[in-house]
Amino acid sequence: MKLDANIPSGPLAQKWEKHKFDLKLVNPANKRKFKVIVVGSGLAGSSAAATLAELGYNVKCFCYQDSPRRAHSIAAQGGINAAKNYQNDGDSVHRLFYDTIKGGDFRAREANVHRLAEVSGSIIDQCVAQGVPFAREYGGLLDNRSFGGAQVSRTFYARGQTGQQLLLGAYSALSRQIGLGKVEMYPRTEMLDVVMVKGHAKGIITRNMQTGKIERHAGDAVIMATGGYGNVFYLSTNAVGCNVTATFRAHKRGAAFANPCYTQIHPTCIPVSGDHQSKLTLMSESLRNDGRVWVPKNKADCGKAAHQISESDRDYYLERKYPSFGNLAPRDIASRAAKEVCDEGRGVGPGGLGVYLDFADAIQRLGEDMIRERYGNLFDMYERITGESAYKQPMRIFPAVHYTMGGLWVDYNLMSSMPGLFVLGEANFSDHGANRLGASALMQGLADGYFVIPYTIAHYFASEEKNCPSTDHPAFDEAEANVRGIVETLLKANGKRTVRSFHREVGKLVWENCGMARSKKSLSEALKRIPELRAEFWENVNVPGSGDDMNQALEYAGRVADYMEFAELLCTDALKREESCGGHFRVEHQFTDKDPEVKNGYTNEGEAKRNDDKFAYVAAWEYTGPNKKWKLHKEPLKYEEVKMSTRSYK
Amino acid sequence: MNLTLKVWRQKGAADPGHFETFQPKGIVEDMSFLEMLDVVNEELIEAGKEPIAFDHDCREGICGTCSLVINGKPHGGQKATTACQLHMRKFGKWDTITIEPWRAKAFPVVKDLVVDRSAFDRIIQKGGFVSVGTGGAPDANCLPISKEVSDEAMDAAQCIGCGACVAACKNASAMLFVSAKVSHMNLLPQGKPEADRRVKNMVRQMDEEGFGACTVTGSCEAVCPKEISLNFITKMNRDYGCAILKG
Ligand SMILES: Cc1cc2nc3c(=O)[nH]c(=O)nc-3n(C[C@H](O)[C@H](O)[C@H](O)COP(=O)(O)OP(=O)(O)OC[C@H]3O[C@@H](n4cnc5c(N)ncnc54)[C@H](O)[C@@H]3O)c2cc1C
Ligand code: FES
Repeated sequence: MKLDANIPSGPLAQKWEKHKFDLKLVNPANKRKFKVIVVGSGLAGSSAAATLAELGYNVKCFCYQDSPRRAHSIAAQGGINAAKNYQNDGDSVHRLFYDTIKGGDFRAREANVHRLAEVSGSIIDQCVAQGVPFAREYGGLLDNRSFGGAQVSRTFYARGQTGQQLLLGAYSALSRQIGLGKVEMYPRTEMLDVVMVKGHAKGIITRNMQTGKIERHAGDAVIMATGGYGNVFYLSTNAVGCNVTATFRAHKRGAAFANPCYTQIHPTCIPVSGDHQSKLTLMSESLRNDGRVWVPKNKADCGKAAHQISESDRDYYLERKYPSFGNLAPRDIASRAAKEVCDEGRGVGPGGLGVYLDFADAIQRLGEDMIRERYGNLFDMYERITGESAYKQPMRIFPAVHYTMGGLWVDYNLMSSMPGLFVLGEANFSDHGANRLGASALMQGLADGYFVIPYTIAHYFASEEKNCPSTDHPAFDEAEANVRGIVETLLKANGKRTVRSFHREVGKLVWENCGMARSKKSLSEALKRIPELRAEFWENVNVPGSGDDMNQALEYAGRVADYMEFAELLCTDALKREESCGGHFRVEHQFTDKDPEVKNGYTNEGEAKRNDDKFAYVAAWEYTGPNKKWKLHKEPLKYEEVKMSTRSYK
Repeated sequence: MNLTLKVWRQKGAADPGHFETFQPKGIVEDMSFLEMLDVVNEELIEAGKEPIAFDHDCREGICGTCSLVINGKPHGGQKATTACQLHMRKFGKWDTITIEPWRAKAFPVVKDLVVDRSAFDRIIQKGGFVSVGTGGAPDANCLPISKEVSDEAMDAAQCIGCGACVAACKNASAMLFVSAKVSHMNLLPQGKPEADRRVKNMVRQMDEEGFGACTVTGSCEAVCPKEISLNFITKMNRDYGCAILKG
């Protein structure tokens, strides 16, 4: 496998302009001769499917929900970044680029990130033109708020439902194309394999989740926009159906998987209430604009009610440790700080796994009505889940798995290492390095779908010999047989344990050993245990029902089967990366009081310590076969514009 | 908790369906309603039986996938709450709870508690959009929109498309859903050029899908988890009337 990032030459700020000119075009009359398969209807998939159809391509779009409008992007709350500088507070394309690179702990590709910042403004224009009702000021212009890791206000939002409104915008564009007959939509359809013909991705095998029918679809190219793999941890803020199946099965067919160990733990989620828990709920990062995070200074106070703890006995630890960013420190840093105080025994709530997010000051300053207007829906959600009112007492929050920066490796054109397979949105690895800044995922998904793929896919079509195979091609027979094999094996296992019990176990294993803190010991332990658990899964899983109609247990079993393998890749990558960066924290690699950066006050003890000499690369893993070790390919990260430095948010 | 559940079971659209009774163990008050169903399903699977099929995804009240009629009320009757956000602490320890799918001709049952809501998608495809292609949009701040108008459009745009409004209506009317989308778009300046076509085409599709007529009983508004207001129906009727008069 040869990895070429295909980064255009020339100065960073001109690469995308130059590249757009260099890319070949497909003439308008020829576009309708090309068939594009788009798997996924979230922000990335819907925007790509709609835009390609508008250009004249024939598109088929797939999602597992009953409607494309329900893709997980719908759940994003806080906002979307764009370098509009509407607030005149010093923002620019370069600053958004720099913040993203720095936020990503210098593990993202410069050229991709710069492009993202460049197109960010057009995304807002496009969404407004579609009728997305972003928040506005009385003068009628758009309002902004700030998000973690930034010192400017560049986040656009629609109450606490930004993802919903952006997705409904993309869905409306997609619906228009469906109505015009340019997109054929396949809801409740799961992609279970990619079909390769002459080394190119030329189709997919799907299962109709309503009828159980296994079907073949051929195309000139395949786009995968299937979201992240956070649910490998069992509990996460993702929708419960989010999965790694699409990307992992493409990986098994030859697409390299990059940086799987970069997983984001979000600092502000509602703590776990018991074993029955099926998912975790995010409380938007925007709350940190007005909420103050604290725990008691003394362990002895942890059992008391918050109002019984006097001001002088509270430790506002983010404000203390990061005075210039305070409660808006980036996610990885805020999460680790929460873990640290809980490890010290100063956590609050059941099991001591929680910290306070307190709005008392903000309510006093701005009034309860203002807080209700800003965050009312979040406070209501908190009350529904916990039975407590955050107007009266501080919220209890704890970090939870939220986003995955890793994903299928792609080049500058968003093409994976499998020619003809493009990967967009959270499913790829490209823009966020080792940590994503808040409000940047929505930006990336829409950038990929609206403004990048239309150019780069044309270049692929114009450069390769046209070949859309018939679905009778032997490669389809083989892929279909593979899918049928998996389905039948699962149904026949007839074991004693439910799929959920396996998912819970593997999730707990990776959370405990490859979660917020990782060590050689914990990872080696997990790597020993995962294959055993996987073997048990295939022998002892119990999947009732048949494959010939709707069978939710079967769908779930297929996903968990993939987690069982993927978990191993995740831990393999985490073990190999002997440094700490962004969301990947290896306890062996942290700043201590012996480091000059700590002595001179630049950073704190316990902060993540990178090793740029050895690890300034993208780890792209090649699948080599069942129960075999993965092969590592390294894409070196060369920084032309930015100097890698130790991240400091003090 | 010691609950008795009466759950609708139906193998497919052709099956007449029936209620099945369960007395699940291990239910605690902190569980969400769907987590309670997870427990029931685990028990069923362990006993070698088919679990209850039900639709869900985000489990945080925003995707609009969950769709259960609980004790006769879509989403269970808690104000502004979807079934996935309903928690067991709202029920009594010894309650008997009936659980049914959305019932409407335009939403055929797929299996057990899962229905087919693709009719909603087809209505949107007829006009729930602004016809702008990607690229070429002017700068977002070129078009100031008053906060009041923008807020009202957002009130309508919050609809999650779950279909509870249809399930609550004795005529299975989809007016609240359709009017929310029409109003979101028609209120904004971006949506004005197509306002007449939009409302006519969407209403026509709504009728073709077999949804019933609206007699303004307000049961839809009462169960809507996003509290979409009946005023949007009034507004749509006005838009529709004007569009028809214009020809
Ligand atoms: C609670 C929450 C809040 C968030 N808030 C923010 C925020 O404020 N700002 C921000 O920038 N980001 C936020 N994020 C992150 C952001 O929402 C996601 O990263 C982003 O929406 C992902 O979009 P996507 O299009 O890549 O994938 P998704 O929206 O996850 O869509 C995936 C699509 O792929 C389909 N799919 C998946 N697997 C298969 C398969 N096997 N076969 C067929 N189809 C399949 C699904 O049906 C779906 O249509 C948030 C995330 C969460 C969990
Ligand atoms: S599962 Fe998404 S709204 Fe209930």
